Amino acid sequence: MSNSTISAAPTEAGLLTSLKRNQHRFWAFSGLIILLIGFSLASPNFFQTSNIISILQATSVNGVLAIAATLVIITAGIDLSVGTLMTFCAVICGVLLTNMGLPMYLGIPGALLAGFASGAFSGFLVAKLKIPPFIATLGMMLIYKGLSLAICAGRPIYFNDTEGFSEISTGSLIGYIFPTLPIPNGVLILFLVAMIASFILTRTVLGRFIFALGSNEEALRLSGVNIDRWKIIVYSLAGGICAVAGVLLASRINSAQPAIGQGYELDAIAAVVIGGTSLSGGKGTMLGTVIGALIISVVANGLRILSVPQEWQIVVTGSIIILAVYADQMRRN
Amino acid sequence: MKLLVDMVDIQKYFPGVHALKSVQFDLREGEVHALMGENGAGKSTLMKILSGVYHRDGGVVKVLGEGVSFSTPREAQDAQVGIIHQELSLMNDLTVAQNIFIGREPRYMLGVLNEAQLIKDAEQIFEQMNVAIDVQAEVGSMTIAKQQMVEIAKALSYRSKILIMDEPTAALNDKEIRELFSIIEKLKADGVGIVYISHKMDEIKQISDRITVMRDGEYVGTRESSNTSIKDIISMMVGRDLALEGTKVPDTSEAETALEVRSLKLGKFVQDVSFSLKKGEILGFSGLMGAGRTEVARVIFGADKRESGEIFVNGQQREINSPSEAVKAGIGYLSEDRKHFGLVLGMDVRTNISLASIFDFAGIGGILHEASIGEAAQDYISKLDIRTPSDKQEVRLLSGGNQQKVVIAKWLLRDCDILIFDEPTRGVDIGAKNEIYKILNELAAIGKAIIVISSELPEILRVSHRIAVMCEGKLTGFLPAQSSQEEIMHLATKTMQSSTLHDNQMSEISI
Repeated sequence: MSNSTISAAPTEAGLLTSLKRNQHRFWAFSGLIILLIGFSLASPNFFQTSNIISILQATSVNGVLAIAATLVIITAGIDLSVGTLMTFCAVICGVLLTNMGLPMYLGIPGALLAGFASGAFSGFLVAKLKIPPFIATLGMMLIYKGLSLAICAGRPIYFNDTEGFSEISTGSLIGYIFPTLPIPNGVLILFLVAMIASFILTRTVLGRFIFALGSNEEALRLSGVNIDRWKIIVYSLAGGICAVAGVLLASRINSAQPAIGQGYELDAIAAVVIGGTSLSGGKGTMLGTVIGALIISVVANGLRILSVPQEWQIVVTGSIIILAVYADQMRRN
Repeated sequence: MKLLVDMVDIQKYFPGVHALKSVQFDLREGEVHALMGENGAGKSTLMKILSGVYHRDGGVVKVLGEGVSFSTPREAQDAQVGIIHQELSLMNDLTVAQNIFIGREPRYMLGVLNEAQLIKDAEQIFEQMNVAIDVQAEVGSMTIAKQQMVEIAKALSYRSKILIMDEPTAALNDKEIRELFSIIEKLKADGVGIVYISHKMDEIKQISDRITVMRDGEYVGTRESSNTSIKDIISMMVGRDLALEGTKVPDTSEAETALEVRSLKLGKFVQDVSFSLKKGEILGFSGLMGAGRTEVARVIFGADKRESGEIFVNGQQREINSPSEAVKAGIGYLSEDRKHFGLVLGMDVRTNISLASIFDFAGIGGILHEASIGEAAQDYISKLDIRTPSDKQEVRLLSGGNQQKVVIAKWLLRDCDILIFDEPTRGVDIGAKNEIYKILNELAAIGKAIIVISSELPEILRVSHRIAVMCEGKLTGFLPAQSSQEEIMHLATKTMQSSTLHDNQMSEISI
């Protein structure tokens, strides 16, 4: 190859690749905009500040869980335990705050710690005991569910005694500063978590290793990287983020409900997939995942406003997952 | 003579690359036409256009006299163009007959399969080829050579008049190659035209009628095989005469020992291996396939856990049980299979170069300094002359030689003192080979201790300062740089000779 072709190539290739890289986000984002416009035209009740805020509020828990799932999925793993781990952490939070009467500044970090530790344990099963992620987290999913029910003896724990706990999710710091924008804290936390996770993914060693694990684990190992340790760190971080979701959910309903949680993992994975993250690993973005989570909430909300029965809402959500992945396949070919 | 294929003025563009520049190629009835060129010359691209995998961006393709434009491999098959890929594409759990007629099974009404007819049809094809094979055997249980026969039979089942073979002998032994050649002769006699892609010069001379050479996506020329020498072909491929420099062996007698291993042991491939390596020395590891050279390297690097033995780095004993411990001790390993073990293909050049030393670029909280990663990558891109549009190009888009340089850059950036190169020039074209040899010498000159594992004797003789030879998991001897190929082969088969000798002695005793 002559020197002239080399010097001419970069701009061309750079533009092409950056276009290609962002193509999916562009599609997902356009999909979201089209849905917003469509529902706005279909019903005047849709595009109201109060309704948009309720969509965002409804997205917060699933969005945070989807962020946790994204981290694991980019490593070519899967985490089926995100939903019940969330519940488990909410229950731990209830035990610490209500049963033990600890203050929030101890109880909430305690719940987060439980999340990190639980995630690390899943990571240990996957990395050290070489149990396939699907199986390891399927097992953990049931274990967390059972533990949650056992700890509460099947009854919810209420946070009525902890003043300000419900403010974590439903209060509005932004609304306090800008009274015209009463965006609940839960939404603020979702975007904060997304930004931090996105930063980790794109700008830190951990992020680099997450992508490398999903692209070629063996090459990473032979580069002298202790891959077991980093896998455990990834699952642990995902566990910590599930705990954030747990606190958010508990705060929103002002109680820890031990029976819910299972099924949330599928909504989370759906958001990840709609957002363009590949289940075979190595590719994905946090922005995509957040958009994916928003699409799911917008569809649910819009269809409810149009009085579509709930069973049909579920059918539509399923179709959107398939459509999104089909669009992704078309893009690749 | 009738032309089966006529390709004229073929153009093909990939993003940023003009891959085929007005290339021509034709194929006559009943001939073997060899297509040669270095890696990246455009042979495969040209054949993928002929077989419907790629679309051309310009030019004319005629098959059996008619202008064609295939949009799928299936269309090419229907037009009697068959291709046998280097990596066989058979379904291992299905039988030979099922593989050949997959998707075209003879059937009764309502889609019920006619197994008897299927088996009969398959047997008929092998009869034509004069090959004895059990068509009801599972493909996965057969040797690579037999699987290749199945691929050929599959291509013939489409009544292909044109057969493209991409490196068909890569995985075959001498006897199997002879069998393949006799089938090729038979096909020729039946009027089939064969495009034969191979790097093996002697084979090309033996089997082909004509040779077309490509270089950098351009057509260089076509020659009759009978009156063209191997030397001519090479100079057509390279575009210049290659001067082979001899090795200048530096005096390392005063140098410190960088690496010493004592009695390494792991299974049957690493049996009591001991050697030492000085700073600035290039130690070549030679031996036949399966002699245990790669296994020794992987044990030293901690990629596989040794059963026993000691490893000393710079005079100090090191406990190396994982690659991360080896890297800490200053050992880098460049795998023979760089696509699976050396590179993260989907990631860019700068990330791959920085992967082993990423912590040097991380600040508080593991935050990466992208700018310094870019600088470091740029530094090695120019030092090693890695040809890439930018350091943000994905490595899978680079040629074999440039990919190898990225792996070398990775370990140089990590500042390893001991570098193990396993088949450093595999899949690399001749031009890039010389550059890699030059890099090896320069590394030795600045005091790096280097192990080079290679299956090619000329390569071992070319780069090594000293040669270690292995046979059946044992080190059978060391040779100086100026040894002959015969001396190496003698040591490479040493334990086999003694065992045959042993057998003879036994039989004498029993008589």
